[in-house]
Amino acid sequence: MSQSELTREVARRVFASEFNDSTYTFKESDDERAPNYALLPTGDRANRVFIVGTLTETEDVGEDSEYWRGRVVDPTGTFFVYAGQYQPEAAAVLRDTEPPAYVAIVGKPRTYETEDGSVNVSVRPESIAVVDDATRDRWVVETAERTIDRIEAFEEWEAEQEAPESASTAPTNEYAQMARKRYDSPVINYRNDVIQALEQLEDVESDAEAPA
Amino acid sequence: MSDVRQHADDIHDQFSDHIDVSVEDVEERLTTLVDEYKVPMDEARRSVTNHYLEEADLEREDISRGGSEAANVEDVDEPEQWIDLTAKVIELWDPRSDSVAQVGLLGDPTGTIKFTKWAKSDLPTLEEGGVYELRNVVTDEYQGRYSVKLNSTTVIEELDEELEVGDDTSEIEGALVDMQSGSGLIKRCPKEDCTRVLQNGRCNEHGDVEGEFDLRIKAVVDDGIDAHEVIFDKEATEDLTGLSLEEAKEMAMDALDTTIVADEIMDDIVGTYYRIEGPTFGRYVLADDVEELDGPADAEQLLIKARSM
Ligand SMILES: [Zn+2]
Repeated sequence: MSQSELTREVARRVFASEFNDSTYTFKESDDERAPNYALLPTGDRANRVFIVGTLTETEDVGEDSEYWRGRVVDPTGTFFVYAGQYQPEAAAVLRDTEPPAYVAIVGKPRTYETEDGSVNVSVRPESIAVVDDATRDRWVVETAERTIDRIEAFEEWEAEQEAPESASTAPTNEYAQMARKRYDSPVINYRNDVIQALEQLEDVESDAEAPA
Repeated sequence: MSDVRQHADDIHDQFSDHIDVSVEDVEERLTTLVDEYKVPMDEARRSVTNHYLEEADLEREDISRGGSEAANVEDVDEPEQWIDLTAKVIELWDPRSDSVAQVGLLGDPTGTIKFTKWAKSDLPTLEEGGVYELRNVVTDEYQGRYSVKLNSTTVIEELDEELEVGDDTSEIEGALVDMQSGSGLIKRCPKEDCTRVLQNGRCNEHGDVEGEFDLRIKAVVDDGIDAHEVIFDKEATEDLTGLSLEEAKEMAMDALDTTIVADEIMDDIVGTYYRIEGPTFGRYVLADDVEELDGPADAEQLLIKARSM
């Protein structure tokens, strides 16, 4: 077994709205091979993500060789997924899948600066699989739960900062600290996205249960 | 408490019922051997223990094993504890160092634990499948995982009985996010007790051999907090994929390529949520009981929580 497998990076669960705000990237060491992390605004690092959503559009945007872009929509926004010759399996799925379809994607966050100087965040897929609506719904609930956990930890840490004299037991939260320094938008926005995502699921369920 | 003092305490406990000896006296003897004569601690313990055995006119078996207590595998949660185990040798592994005589996995009804037997401790050889009473072994911890070390004070007694081995069962729930190389239709070495997976028709131990086909999946199941490595053996793979070993062989023969089986399986399982139960071996979970999670998840409780934040 290789060393890298011993410390396999966890695939974070993050909604599109938060993912697209994760514009700051960093490494934990100076080592060239050290992994790259995107900083999530709710206070965590992500070297890998697992996302499930609706593939609504695919397009070959490559000039010399095939380079596929997919738009994957969740209840809070759109993930942009790019796959080219170095991700042949993922590129093939984007080429062959007829939108709309539910897809599950394991991939790495990538940032690039646009001409106007803003930073865009996209997904470089390791794998793309076509899945069913039950998997999509499960992902929404799971991602809501993980996001709420991060927001809770962030707020605990923040409360501690505001009352440094109190003998609080809130743990240090390195990435919350980093997020507050790097980002402007308040974490409560992401709570609102969670509520919106869950309400959409509830609506779908009550519609389904309503008598015809 | 210093290391020497701890050992002195252990030895003193063993003899306090038999002879009048102070902990200080034991400690001084140990210190002399360790500091002045540069004798390793387990040798020093052996020597001092033998000295008192002689003085008390006792056999090793007569002394109380004070300091070491009868324990179950699942009780081991602290390093540097002297315990007695009754356990079965489940597996022996190849020692990576000359200082190690034997290394492998022990099990009792409560779970499994790695053991190491030092070469210099000069103990009898343990056989795979044998059940032993192991008195006075010491626990150790490395990166959160516990093991036991058999040392020169350890007494090994083979028992003529069967012992049912229980599992350290894990239950994990998450998305299957990756399937690793070495999955799908593989070939194993046919030599007795080898079963190593062949690389390009070669066994690491036996060289070029005529391999035997097997089905296996090595996968990563990830819940967004931890990434777990899960192994599906032939039965678990057949259950998970609905593909039998015979069908997999036919599929590979038709395509003149064994990798088609892995590709086919991968399309089927990556991106799917599972609940997996099974014993843990090191960092692996062996998939015993697998359930695909395709029912709806409950959003209501979460929604209440999010609204109240
Ligand atoms: Zn072999």
